[in-house]
Amino acid sequence: MNNKDLLNLIDITVSFEGFLALNKLNLNLKKGELRAVIGPNGAGKTTFLDVITGKVKPTKGEVIFKGKSLVGRKEHKIARLGVGRKFQSPRIFENLTVKENLEISVTTPKSPLNLINKSIKDEQLIEIDRLMKIVNLAQKVDSKAGSLSHGQKQWLEIAMLVGQKPDLMLVDEPVAGLTDEETDLTADLLKSLSGENTVVVIDHDMEFIRRLDSNVSVLNQGTVLCEGTMETIQKDKKVIDVYLGRPED
Amino acid sequence: MSLSKIKFDKKIVLSFWIILIALIIAAPTLLPVFRLNLLGRYLSLSIVALGVDLIWGYTGLLSLGQGIFFALGGYCAAMYLQITSSSEFPNNIPEFFALYGVEKLPFFWEPFRSPVFTFLAIWIIPALVAGLIGFLVFRNRIKGVYFSILTQASLLVFFNFFNGQQKLINGTNGLKTDVTQLFGQMVGSESMQRIFFWITAILVIAAWFFAKWVVKGRFGNILIGIRDDEPRVRFTGYNPVIFKTIIFSIAGGLAGISGALYTVQSGIVSPQFMTVPFSIEMVIWVAVGGRGTLLGAILGAVFINYAKSLVSEALPASWMFIQGGLFILVVTALPEGVLGWIQGDGPRNLLQRFGLKRKIETYPSLEVNNKEGNNE
Repeated sequence: MNNKDLLNLIDITVSFEGFLALNKLNLNLKKGELRAVIGPNGAGKTTFLDVITGKVKPTKGEVIFKGKSLVGRKEHKIARLGVGRKFQSPRIFENLTVKENLEISVTTPKSPLNLINKSIKDEQLIEIDRLMKIVNLAQKVDSKAGSLSHGQKQWLEIAMLVGQKPDLMLVDEPVAGLTDEETDLTADLLKSLSGENTVVVIDHDMEFIRRLDSNVSVLNQGTVLCEGTMETIQKDKKVIDVYLGRPED
Repeated sequence: MSLSKIKFDKKIVLSFWIILIALIIAAPTLLPVFRLNLLGRYLSLSIVALGVDLIWGYTGLLSLGQGIFFALGGYCAAMYLQITSSSEFPNNIPEFFALYGVEKLPFFWEPFRSPVFTFLAIWIIPALVAGLIGFLVFRNRIKGVYFSILTQASLLVFFNFFNGQQKLINGTNGLKTDVTQLFGQMVGSESMQRIFFWITAILVIAAWFFAKWVVKGRFGNILIGIRDDEPRVRFTGYNPVIFKTIIFSIAGGLAGISGALYTVQSGIVSPQFMTVPFSIEMVIWVAVGGRGTLLGAILGAVFINYAKSLVSEALPASWMFIQGGLFILVVTALPEGVLGWIQGDGPRNLLQRFGLKRKIETYPSLEVNNKEGNNE
């Protein structure tokens, strides 16, 4: 652990009635880092995000974010501290328009009084315009989010995530169900976000992970199996055994 | 899901309001007293329906206990009327107390001597009770069907309590208001009833505009967000507990106003306002009128109740079947309610089916996205 770290997960154990979803997981993230997390089904990838965002309380262990412990804090408090999350299947508000979805994400402070009393700030409207251009949804401003295509929904959710201005972005399977072209664009988008933001991407798609060109953590059975660049982990014997599979002899 | 789907011409809107206001002013001369009184009562019910639409239609909280807040508002109004009209009775307290040998006014009646206190209590007390119940329930993340059961259980608790307190509030007999005096006039008199009708009509319109103001903009969008995907709202940094408590409290306040207006126009408040079927009926009015439309709640409350009285006059005892059938019809055929159906593509689809209108060319809708993520 050192001062440059944004997030430290220390010996995190999550037990669901005896089943260890996470088992003494340790993981450190530097500020501005882009990190990919891969692992077979049931390795604990989503539980790992649930622990950081406060949805699941770890049985043991500590989560330190910007020097503060996150364990026991409510989800909305953690979000306000600067942790943003994109879900596996796009979770957007389908009955609201694209613009209304983004308004919800960029609005601060997020108190009822502010929402009912005041109209949205000018700089927040500018931010919404900027976000809509980044994700190519400018023509869809007033369309219901439910009418968007699957890829557009994924992007809208990423735009909502960025609009929250989190220090840490947790992105769960952003390219599931996207075309190859969309996948490439998403990879570029995430790469451009890192540096200023710290981004964690969870995915199965090895091509996509390779394109991210980042450090990779491999999870297996609730613990970090190995960490390193894509090349290192592809040569790692343990990783090959549990995940990548042996090339045929 | 909002009225903005249909854009009306300004002139049409203006003429609609002129006709509406003219009708409200003229109603007492157009309708016989009996019908006018019924209309006034049903209009007051539409205010509680607006509250149900706010919490259910917009926020997804199906409360089966709105009768609590409705009755509380009614009791507040009735206590004031009873106490200010009790000067000729023994001990200067309402007549019914003598039946149970009570000689001293129970302490909580005292503040109801003040018209100002009563005026505030009618909506603030139900709003506070709703806020308290709501906060405790929402903080513990009780939702969906468990929330509905809990509100119904609370309703039964209140019903049994009010039913058993003869010495405090005349128990099951309730408090009569029609023979009490207000500003030197009998509350049940024709001229008073006319005034109550106008007050009700104005308050329905005011409540409608208030509700529209609440759901417009970002606050309303968060309510819709909570209805559709509450965990997502939480992970975006909002605390749904506060939002739900506020809207439940607003609905409680509206129910209180509604109950007070209903009480003075029907002449009595009793624990019957807190029976289980009555609170379920409130939900039916909104479901039939159209969830999440506000106007649908008003129209649903007025038309269903008017239909109820007309049907009951013609074919006694058949209303329950008709109401049940109506609910089943709406749930199966018009899930968005009548107004929601009109605002959506309902009429067009119907005309297409009979070949009266051409189909619009669209891409076949693709179901790419199943909502598996919403599993909390």
